[in-house]
Amino acid sequence: MKPVNQKAWFLVAPVLLLVAFTAIIPLMTVVNYSVQYVATNAQFHWVGDLWYREVLHSEKFWNALWRNLVFSCIILAIQIPLGVLIALNMPRKGWGVPVCLVLMALPLLIPWYVVGMIWQMFGRVDIGLFGVMLRDFGYNYENDPIDAWFTLVLMDVWHWTSLVAMLAYAGLVSIPDAYYQAARIDGASKWSVFRFIQLPKMGRVLTIAILLRFMDSFMIFTEPFAVIAGGDPVFLSTELKQTVELGQKAAMSIIYFLIILLTSWVFYTVMTRDDGAPRPQGGVS
Amino acid sequence: MARIDLDNVRHAYGPDPKSDADFALRRVSHVFEDGGAYALLGPSGCGKTSMLNIISGLVAPTEGRVLFNGEDVTLLSTEKRNIAQVFQFPVVYDSMTVRENLAFPLRNRRMKTDEIARRVDEVLETVGLTALAGRKARGLTADEKQKISLGRGLVRPDVNAVLFDEPLTVVDPQMKWQLRASLRDVHRRSRATMIYVTHDQTEALTFADKVVVMYAGEIVQVGTPAELFERPSHTFVGYFIGSPGMNVVPVAIDGAGVRIGESRVALPAAPVVVDGARIELGVRPEFVKLGAAGIPASVIRVEDAGRYRVAHLSMQGHPIAAMLREGEKIPADPKVSFDPVGVHLYADSWRVALNGAGQ
Amino acid sequence: MKQGRFAWIVPALYILFLMTPIYWLVAMSLKTNVEITTRFTLWPELLTFDNYAKVFGDERWRSVFANSLMYVSLNTVISVAVALPAAYAFSRYRFFGDKHLFFWLLTNRMAPAAVFALPFFQLYSAFGLFDTHIAVALAHCLFNVPLAVWILEGFMSGVPREIDETAYIDGHSFPSFFVKIFMPLIASGIGVAAFFCFMFSWVEYLIADALARSAVMPITTRLQALSQASGTDWGVLAAAGTLTLIPGAIVIWFVRNYIAKGFALGRV
Repeated sequence: MKPVNQKAWFLVAPVLLLVAFTAIIPLMTVVNYSVQYVATNAQFHWVGDLWYREVLHSEKFWNALWRNLVFSCIILAIQIPLGVLIALNMPRKGWGVPVCLVLMALPLLIPWYVVGMIWQMFGRVDIGLFGVMLRDFGYNYENDPIDAWFTLVLMDVWHWTSLVAMLAYAGLVSIPDAYYQAARIDGASKWSVFRFIQLPKMGRVLTIAILLRFMDSFMIFTEPFAVIAGGDPVFLSTELKQTVELGQKAAMSIIYFLIILLTSWVFYTVMTRDDGAPRPQGGVS
Repeated sequence: MARIDLDNVRHAYGPDPKSDADFALRRVSHVFEDGGAYALLGPSGCGKTSMLNIISGLVAPTEGRVLFNGEDVTLLSTEKRNIAQVFQFPVVYDSMTVRENLAFPLRNRRMKTDEIARRVDEVLETVGLTALAGRKARGLTADEKQKISLGRGLVRPDVNAVLFDEPLTVVDPQMKWQLRASLRDVHRRSRATMIYVTHDQTEALTFADKVVVMYAGEIVQVGTPAELFERPSHTFVGYFIGSPGMNVVPVAIDGAGVRIGESRVALPAAPVVVDGARIELGVRPEFVKLGAAGIPASVIRVEDAGRYRVAHLSMQGHPIAAMLREGEKIPADPKVSFDPVGVHLYADSWRVALNGAGQ
Repeated sequence: MKQGRFAWIVPALYILFLMTPIYWLVAMSLKTNVEITTRFTLWPELLTFDNYAKVFGDERWRSVFANSLMYVSLNTVISVAVALPAAYAFSRYRFFGDKHLFFWLLTNRMAPAAVFALPFFQLYSAFGLFDTHIAVALAHCLFNVPLAVWILEGFMSGVPREIDETAYIDGHSFPSFFVKIFMPLIASGIGVAAFFCFMFSWVEYLIADALARSAVMPITTRLQALSQASGTDWGVLAAAGTLTLIPGAIVIWFVRNYIAKGFALGRV
């Protein structure tokens, strides 16, 4: 058991100061704005929950929220199984491992704006490889919202599936050989090995993958902004960026943040529910 | 149930083995009789786990054949060999309950549901998990998990053999005795061929009818616990089995006897050995007597092991241990002599037949 | 676990899918604008490095690259430096409010950048930091510090506490123990943490764009300004875009053996 030592606060203090500066003060500012009306002469007037009511009654807000949820669900439904499938088939040793890891990690380190730019250049029907090839089927993401959706989902799969695959892969390679040997002796089928060994052992990393992918896809702004420049589909962050009224913007920010916090918390609680209280060590030391 | 033959099996983990040192198993030929309880005993790295994995088919031998009931299974997969194996560390299916864990190998082999239930209940009883049957395996302690692994090894009724790879390493000592007794019990009832790998002589001697002692990738002796004790055929066996181990003293042959420094020990007959071989005399401490006649020695220290004491002496510059009976006193000027029953001669570590008594 | 004989097809197809758009970007950067806009060619027919020459020859391009690398490096150093002692505290001691503090730190990872972009402008202006490298570096601490604390805490928990105690008995003071003994032990953890801080700061756009508008403009802001203007110079954009892939690729290459380990901790 770790010893109790209140002096540890001194070690945490720098982080606390820094985070206070980068998170608490700005967040308080936003809360402050959200309950005031800023007149043209920079005078602040207390308006209570007016902005919140306005946001919650705004059809545009609900539409954007709905689109965000649908988008997150779609990309989770594609990226999680796809990532697991890729991880299952990745090489476990030899030269293939670093090659796979390095090439797969590459999209993760491209600036998000450049990701959008790459897909713009790839998907445009006049100059893009992808766009030109699909042009004859009536594809044009700049005019057709369905095509835009399709392009954004494909782009997100391109951008982020590697993260899921690498997490799942890390979970897979940490399974000791004895488990596979025992499964062979027990006569387990390939499906049973996946269902009863690989999937449970990946549980923890997949929880993290789902959480991260949910959070980040829910906050998505930059990549669609680069591709469709604020056109359809409009996500919450786009809506936020386009809102002019300061108080309304602040209120929407708070609601947005709370939604993410709440959903993440629910996700986390549900997914770690049957873990039991103290997590025991894995089978093999 | 099956008779298992290992026919000139060699195994190297690296590619392209050249010298003997490259082989984890140098050359092993042995027959495990149907229904026997065997222990594979040896220090870490002696090749016993490799041998077990070759029998179960998890590892394919570099050379040689494995036969079950006379049928060559060298190229057969683990699944097809119909073997049960328990590993050193617990391997359990976390998301299943204890009962489901035990039922898993049977379900995979499409056994009838009521038969599975009967069989699982029986095994739960044997390994002492009845009370935990409904619990998820995830939250259990290492002991309990290892009992599940043991149970999965015992649950299939029709296996060719059950292999145990140091299965009680993670189990606490008191439970060890209990589980070992259960295993003996299961063996008596089922008469399955059982092979139990261990580096612990007590475990090997109490579990097995026959103990296979391995050293540096080779089998050095196969025998009952009594044989291993009374006539170790290799100095390693003498040293490894018994507490303390056998005294091994370098000697020179001198007619029908051997010479230790200035002194001479008579043997029943003149030994026949290859010229230039390294000759050693082996005597267990139980057969070393301290008295008025014999080779002079000086006492270094005396160890009290509870029911008996062990005297460590220096004899002609060689360390030697002697077991003292209860109440026995060490003479003031001790002289060492050996009980002829317990005197063995070794040439290049292997036992030399004396008196035509055979190896 | 034995994989099927054709298992490699799955990652191979996936990597092909990953590489195609990147290939297109690189191919475009090697074409002339005439070729890009008037003809559809699968590979550059008229191979040209003019686009790169334009990027390297233009002071404005050079400075935006330098700006981005500057605030990313600053952020990485700050994040890891403040996270080290905090992670040590979380991994070694219990103290009042530790659990809540840890969780609250992590919630900052969930804060949408779009929410913070608004007050950041006012906050950093008030301190006279607007449009400076340090402003972006500090702002990115919002998500990188919690991340670094989390990753480092995982690595530190893997070091037995007996090592600390032995060092104190041997007469090391806390700072000397921490720097001379403890940090080398978790060197790979520091590497992994630095990698992820670099990564998330390098890829971020919204906050950097809001805080560094002109004097220290980041590369992505310039790309944005040019890509959405009329009469886009596609060749130069593609060349500049290709160049932004290089820092990431270099960093991955250096940490390739640690990536799997960092992920294995399940902490990203």
